[in-house]
Formats: sequence, structure tokens, C-alpha cells
Amino acid sequence: MSTAQPLTGPAPSIHTISLFVNNKPGVLVRVALVFSRRAFNLESLVVSPAAEGRFSRMTIVCSGAAEALGQVVKQLAKLIDVVHAVDHTGDASYEVEIALVKLECALDKRTEILQIAEHYKARVVDYGPESLVLQAYGSSEKLDALIELLRPFKLTELVRSGKLLMARGKAVT
Amino acid sequence: MQQKHPTGGEKLIQCLEREGVEYVFGLSGGAVMPMFDALVDSKIQLILVRHEQGATHMADGYARATGRPGVVLVTSGPGATNTVTGLFTALMDSTPIVVITGQTISSMLGKDAFQEADVTGITYPVVKHSYLVKDGNDIPRIVREAFHLARSGRPGPVLIDVPKDVGQGPCTAPFTDELDLPGYEVPGRGDPALVAEAARLLTEAKRPLFYVGHGAVISNAGKAITTLAEKLRAPVVNTLLGKGAVDETHPLHLGMLGMHGTAYANKAVVGCDLIMAIGARWDDRITGKVDEFCTGAVKIHVDIDRAEFGKIIQPDVSILGDARMVIEDLIPQIEMGDTDAWLKQCDRWRKQFPLKYPKQGGLRAQHVLDRLDAVTQGEAILTTDVGQHQMWAAQFCRTRHGRHWLSSGGAGTMGFGFPAAIGAQFAHPDKKVWAICGDGGFQMTQAELATAAVHKLPVKCLIINNNFLGMIRQWQELFYENRLSGSDLEGNPDFVKLAQAYGIKGLRIRRSADVDRILKEAHDYDDGPCVVVAEVVKEDNVFPMIPAGAAVSEMIIEAPKTRLEKPTGST
Ligand SMILES: Cc1ncc(C[n+]2csc(CCOP(=O)(O)OP(=O)(O)O)c2C)c(N)n1
Repeated sequence: MSTAQPLTGPAPSIHTISLFVNNKPGVLVRVALVFSRRAFNLESLVVSPAAEGRFSRMTIVCSGAAEALGQVVKQLAKLIDVVHAVDHTGDASYEVEIALVKLECALDKRTEILQIAEHYKARVVDYGPESLVLQAYGSSEKLDALIELLRPFKLTELVRSGKLLMARGKAVT
Repeated sequence: MQQKHPTGGEKLIQCLEREGVEYVFGLSGGAVMPMFDALVDSKIQLILVRHEQGATHMADGYARATGRPGVVLVTSGPGATNTVTGLFTALMDSTPIVVITGQTISSMLGKDAFQEADVTGITYPVVKHSYLVKDGNDIPRIVREAFHLARSGRPGPVLIDVPKDVGQGPCTAPFTDELDLPGYEVPGRGDPALVAEAARLLTEAKRPLFYVGHGAVISNAGKAITTLAEKLRAPVVNTLLGKGAVDETHPLHLGMLGMHGTAYANKAVVGCDLIMAIGARWDDRITGKVDEFCTGAVKIHVDIDRAEFGKIIQPDVSILGDARMVIEDLIPQIEMGDTDAWLKQCDRWRKQFPLKYPKQGGLRAQHVLDRLDAVTQGEAILTTDVGQHQMWAAQFCRTRHGRHWLSSGGAGTMGFGFPAAIGAQFAHPDKKVWAICGDGGFQMTQAELATAAVHKLPVKCLIINNNFLGMIRQWQELFYENRLSGSDLEGNPDFVKLAQAYGIKGLRIRRSADVDRILKEAHDYDDGPCVVVAEVVKEDNVFPMIPAGAAVSEMIIEAPKTRLEKPTGST
């Protein structure tokens, strides 16, 4: 995926888009091209089967010029394999993300880390002699904050699921 | 006894027959042989081209002339990659073509097999949609969908990539009319509330202007727009591709707007208080500097593609729908406008700034094209290539009917004109078809002379020979201190002899006095193709001109005496 920032215009902002697409080969490339053509950067992308197996869900977090976003959503919706595209930026949808964090740390130096983990309801999922792995979930912002607190320790690996999102009530995701 | 099923290739060709396909333009190769073999038993006529790009433009010309999808059949690898320019050309101008490519056998996909190219991958950005067929039983549905997608809504190119084993293996699936296209919508009538709002704004406007694009031609909205313009008493301008939607000789018509449009059309754009785009997309050749485009005017936009709204210009009213249906719904709601003063003003501009060209000093392209208009009377289908000749033809050949002007607009593809004319001639064997080409662009697809010759097509090709890449030379003269760089076409062949080498009639115009006679001779010649070479003055420039990126109001009407700034616009 393109790492370039928008070439011109105001500073990029972060957007969340949800796509309901045909579960077919090539769909991901078609979607990615709509972003890369405009030099939008994909921050995260989650693809999963929808309730009906012939469709998939894509939840995309991207950064790019806000004015261009409306155009991006329309171009996505125009793709034949996209059944619908919704811009969820700033709406009240339920959002969640999972992070796995590996920290290198001797057995006797872990108290502080475990305190932070407890505060964030993060679980220790691997407790090794020289390292431990934490699993945390919650909003992306909450995970950002947790990771910032852990950075001063020897954070060696970080894997995040990308944002999952669902519209509340009867609204369509 | 076991029932004999057709092969995938046979089924595919039968599906094409079912879609009403008359011609397939193509060139064979290993991976596509099953389909070529099936063509032997088909009533579809195969038109063997000399280069696959030619096939795509022929299919495109056929499609533009009829509204029906043109079909291309080529082999894998280089055969398929040779169609990319044609796909792009069709996408940019919303024309329906279906390109079928052979592919290596399924088990070899992704293994760098001989002539294996990732054709769906290469073409994603230049198709409306595409298919890689994995199961022969999908063929009937895929062909059905491909034709539906190509021609419906905003038309465009569709590609079907068929691995050789799929073409060769059995297909047991029956024909189908079912489409599996969830989420694909084809807009029809416009939202009545928005149509009513548009009617109110139009009736209130003092200086309304209709800006008509290719969408109006595609949806056959021309008659309705003419009625609307007459009822409201408002002038009409059209884009390069909108030519013919409304008869350009109609008294309310001001010709083409934009970069090389008529001065009076562009004056009307600057002076209007309402501009209504009908199947047009505010292209940069039209708007010039967007920030200064029609700033004070109300903007109404009718389009079948939602993604066009607000892309370049934020309209006051956006009506999603088929242009013809929207305009037909609008007509009864319109009252005669108070536009007397406005129409008089437009006529003054028309008289004050007519299109003109010097009548002395050698043969002029403008003169030849002006006379071609007289000879053809707007009843011939004209295709063009890309460059100065295209702009002069757009200015001087007034298009009277829809689908009678076929030109590569959005892509500006040199090499389009001549094969497009061949496609149009196949579509309309009884019509006069003229290709208008530059000496540069003609050479990009001139190999199709053989195709025209074999079929004894009465297609006419007018080569405006200035021995330059004229449009490039013009820019270098105007914006780059006349530092000519790669624009001289030294080494051109003698095009008359070239035609004759194919057994094609070749005529040459050297003097202004011969123009009418020779054009007439070519026009009346129907025993086969005819190439007319007009040896025009080498250095001539197209005016009016709005330099790329400049505001419409900065239009240069006549050759400037001073040097111009380099344009800031895209190209
Ligand atoms: C395939 C392609 N290559 C390059 C260009 C850029 N280009 C635009 S006009 C032009 C010159 C065309 O020359 P010619 O065909 O002789 O026509 P003229 O302008 O002289 O009428 C060129 C090179 C193009 N439009 N298409």
C-alpha cells in the first residue's frame, strides 16, 4: 500500500470507512487503487466475511485530505464489487481494536508494567523468562495511550488488529 | 450416449451471438485459439486487425457510432497488453467495449508461463469492471454481466480474461439472463424535487446557458435539449464529445466551448448567470482555472454518475439520472425565459469574433475542413485523431446528429481516428465515414490500412499533413520560445504511395483551388477505402486558445504578438 502522503493541500486527517463488498478475488486491489491513486495512505484495513458468506466487510482507516474523502467514498461506491460504502468518520458507531505488545523484561522488573496492564485491563498472554506479551483491546485511542505508556520499557514488537466497527441500532454499517 | 457439451470457447462465442454481436475485432495467439476456432462456425464476422490497439479503437468506433458494445478478441500477454491504450481511451470517454483476452492455463497462473501477463492486474485502473474466468460454467453469466455493465449507466470498457483450459474445457451451464450485481444501480429519472428546483432556477435566469457533453449523446438527449433550449430561449454550447447532441447549425448553438472552443461560446460561459451541465464533467479543458470558472453563475449538473457531483465544481443543484429522462421531465415545467438581451449579446459575440483563417498563402487545414463540412453536410460520420487537425475539425465541421462525431477526448489518444472510422464503417455500411487524421497520429495505427483494404470498406481517410506533430510544435512556438524538440516529422512517407501500396486509392491536395474537387471525388468513391492527403502549410496555430490552467476569460482569440507564459495547467 502506498506510503506517500497527499501531494498537495492541507494536512491529512484520519477517516474511517466501511465497505460491504463481494467476496471475490481482486476486490481488495480495486479498493486499494482508489486510495493510492489519490495518494491516500491506508492506516489499517480489516477484511472479514460478512453475515452472508458471499459478501465481505472491509473496515478501513485512512489518512488524506478531508475534502477529497467524499470523492473517495463515491469512487469506492462506484466500484462494481462494492455493494455499499459508508463514511463513519466522527459518527457514534461502536469501535474496537485489539493489540498485542511484546516487551523484553527480566522477571524482577515487571511490577510497573503489570500495574499499567491492570489499569488498562490488558491480559498477559505469554509470560516468558525474558519477555512478556500483553493483549489489550478497546478503542484505538485507548490502545494508543497504553502503547505510549509502555514505550519507555523495552517494547520490541507491536501488532494491532486494525479498527473494527459497527453502526449502532438499525443504522447500516 | 453422453450429451456433447460445447467447449468454454464455443459457449462464449454463442453468448456473444446471443448479445447480438455482429463483429469481433481481433488477432489470435496460442491462448485464445479455442475462441478463434469457435468463430469458424459462428455467424459473427471476425475482423482480423494488424495490431490489437487497432482492434480496440475499431470496437470503440463501432460502439460510439451505434451505442452497442464493440467486441475485441486477443491473445494473452502482449496481445492483451496491446489493448491497454484502447481500454483507457474507452474508459475516459465512457464508451462500451468488451475486450476478451486469452490467458495461460489456470494451473500455470502466477508461474511466469509463456505469454502470461497479469492482465486483470494491469488493467484494473482502465476498466469499468473485469473478470478472470476460473470456471467455464460461469461463462454465460459473465458475458451477460459484461455486456450489461459495458452499456448501462455510465458506459465503459469491460475485460474478460479466459484461461486456455477454460476455453478448451466443457461448459455445461445453460444460457442465462440473470445478473449477479448487487449494489450496481442504473439511474433513470431524476428526483422530482430537484428537477422542479432546476426548472425554477432556469426560468428565473436572465443569461442561462446549456453546456452539453458526451452523456447527452449517449443517452440520446439531444432532441429534448433542443426543445428545452427553444422553449427557454437559451443558447447551447457543447464539449468536444458533446458535438452532435444538439445540431451545431441550430441558431441557438454557439459551438464548442473550452480550450480551443469558439470565442463566442467561451464569452457566453464567462457571461452567463446560470450554467447547466448535461452529461458533462467540468473537464479541465472546459473550466480552465477552476477557481475563476463561472464564479457568479448558478450551476446545475445532470449526470448519471454520482461521483461526478462536486468532483471539480460544487453545483447548486445536482440531478442524478439519465440525461434524456431528466430533460424530458424538465420541459413541461419550463416557461419562456426573459432572455432577449442575452441572446442578442451572444449574437453580437458571434459576429464580432467569428472563426476565421487566412485565405492566402498556401493550403490551410482550416480551409480543407471547412470544405469537408460543406461536402459532407453533416450527414457523414466523422472521426478524428488527436492534435491540431482535431481542434480545427471540431471548430469547422459542424455536427448535426448524435453519434456522427467520434473523437478521443478524455484520453487524447493519437492513433484513434483511423481504426475508429473502420469500426464505424462496419457499423454503418451505407453511411459515409471520414477519418480526419494528422500525419503523426495516422502513423500510429496506419497498419489498419490493410484491414480496410481487405474488406473494401468505403472509409475515407483525410490526412492533414503538416509534417509536424503540429500541436506540439504550436506549444513549443507559443510557450517554449519556439525551441522545437522532437516535433518535426522528417521521414514521413509519401502517404499517397503508402495507400497505393495497399491497393488503396490515394489522392493528394496541394492547392486551395483543388480542395472541393478532390474532397468530392473521395466522398463519392465507394469501391473501397480512399486516402486523401492534404499537404497543408507546415506552421499554423489553432486559435482561439485558453492556455492550460488559465481562466476562460484569458482566452487568446488571435495569434499573440508577444511571448506567452508557460501554462500552469496539467497538460
Ligand atoms: C499516443 C499519444 N502520444 C502523444 C500524444 C501527445 N500529442 C498530442 S497532439 C500531438 C501531435 C499530433 O500530431 P499530428 O498527428 O501530426 O497532428 P497535428 O497536431 O499536426 O494535427 C501529440 C504528440 C498523444 N496525444 N497521444
